[in-house]
Amino acid sequence: MIPLAHYLILGAIMFCLSVIGIFLNRKNVVILLMSIELLLLAININFLAFSHYLQDPAGQVFVFFILTVAAAESAIGLAILIVLFRNRHTINVEDLDTLKG
Amino acid sequence: MNGILNVTPAIPEIFVFTMACVILVVDLYLSKEQRAISYGLTLLTLGVGMMLSIMSFSAEPVFTFNNMFVDDALSDVVKIAICLITLLVFIYSREYIEARGLYKGEYFVLGLFAVVGMMVMASANHFLVLYLGLELLSLSLYSLVAFQRDSELATEAAMKYFVLGALASGMMLYGMSILYGLTGSLDIPTVRKAVGGMSPDDVVLIFGLVFVLVGLAFKLGVVPFHMWVPDVYHGAPTSSTLFISTAPKIAGFAIVIRLLIGGLEDLHGAWRDMVIILAVLSIATGNLVAIAQTNLKRMLAYSAISHMGFMLLGILAGTPTGYSAALFYSLVYAFMSLGGFGMIILLSREGFEADELEDLKGLNQRNSWYALLMLLLMVSMAGIPPAVGFFAKLAVIQAIIDVNLVWLAVIAVLFAVVGAFYYLRVIKLMYFDAPGEHVPAIQAAPDLKVVMGVNAWAMLLVLPWIGPIQQLCRTAVASVMSGFVS
Repeated sequence: MIPLAHYLILGAIMFCLSVIGIFLNRKNVVILLMSIELLLLAININFLAFSHYLQDPAGQVFVFFILTVAAAESAIGLAILIVLFRNRHTINVEDLDTLKG
Repeated sequence: MNGILNVTPAIPEIFVFTMACVILVVDLYLSKEQRAISYGLTLLTLGVGMMLSIMSFSAEPVFTFNNMFVDDALSDVVKIAICLITLLVFIYSREYIEARGLYKGEYFVLGLFAVVGMMVMASANHFLVLYLGLELLSLSLYSLVAFQRDSELATEAAMKYFVLGALASGMMLYGMSILYGLTGSLDIPTVRKAVGGMSPDDVVLIFGLVFVLVGLAFKLGVVPFHMWVPDVYHGAPTSSTLFISTAPKIAGFAIVIRLLIGGLEDLHGAWRDMVIILAVLSIATGNLVAIAQTNLKRMLAYSAISHMGFMLLGILAGTPTGYSAALFYSLVYAFMSLGGFGMIILLSREGFEADELEDLKGLNQRNSWYALLMLLLMVSMAGIPPAVGFFAKLAVIQAIIDVNLVWLAVIAVLFAVVGAFYYLRVIKLMYFDAPGEHVPAIQAAPDLKVVMGVNAWAMLLVLPWIGPIQQLCRTAVASVMSGFVS
């Protein structure tokens, strides 16, 4: 049987990859959306691993909800992306600099 | 008593949610001229939602849905405030959105869904409910920011808000998953018990706590997780900014109470230092950077960051007095911010945004009444007595002095003085500068004028009731605390 730690390390690696993807990516907004999906999947792995290890179904139920919310979230993200492309004719992250935060 | 079918405590949420769906459908059958019907229904919904929350007020916490949902005095106070503020937001923004072609049914429906999300968050007693409420709020807000579809600024702001908001939710969820693994439960009171039995120096526990705290800090918009605040406030249509800067701040307080105080209060020693850093940085950065702004919306955004820092002062005190001071602060701040952005809406015309500081020049000569109202709001935001903003600041600072953090109080007061500069600059622009040329005449709908006047004068006229309101905040916090014991 695969020990819990392996799942957690996998989850942590995926989590780090997606955060790196969000912060280092300077090219494409679609990659940002993909990174966000990966982020939520990494969390799902964590929840599933813990849920199995604790023999507690609540974590698996949580995963279903996260999956559903992730779907809604990417729908809204893509909708905003389309509106952005219509206004800007670009989805390059570096071009999103009208507002200086 | 804890039966799964006891829906009574959730009636305000159920009502608002049902009405949001009804308005969504009804609006399809309305022509453009009949849009006032959906507007009226929305106001009615929020009014009735507020009434239902008042009626369900009880100092005794009531748990339902397998203890996933709690109805205590805190959730009632927060729900009442959220419904009232959103009601005012819609009254403020009607004319503005009409002039910009945003007067659509979806606007009201998204607003109502955000309200449901906030109400659910306020009543959450379980990580899952908390997460769902938070996401319902966030997803509605992303779309509200992007509502002006032909505006480059608004869509860019929406994209930034979306990416950072999703990252923040992800951080918080990761923290929740660690806490779940450690405590074996998603139920907040059970997590609290399990955390109480562990060593407060447990590294893994702190690891989970840090992620939860980072997520919360993102959502509240405190330094160093504030990057989205000025951009979103500036880019979004002012009607959406008005909404984002008011009700969600109160909901943000509620989520901090549920998660940080409710679930992890025994780790207070660990998160206190982290929250001190967040609060000091927010108060300092917010007040200093606001001075450099020429855009009124950005200036108010930085002021929001510093106000959230002040709110955190009450939280980090770690005493019921501190929590109730923080609740009072977020309530007062929401109404001040409502007035501040409301004034921008009032001065804006079709095709003209009054969001530059320049636009306020000589407001006194153009219309001394509005200048006076803005003066009241700015004085209150700066925390100058006798405006209510002063008493809010006083309460949080008293709370941190009570726990012997005098140095922190000194820093907070010093930066509040620095902050007074840019609020007073607004007053100087209004009273001592000549108006620019070609300024359009100020004309506003009567409902907007009335709400604006009441909102601004409330900063002074609420004074006799400050005692009872603070008492109400104490009752609310005490009610949350009593829920943990039983």
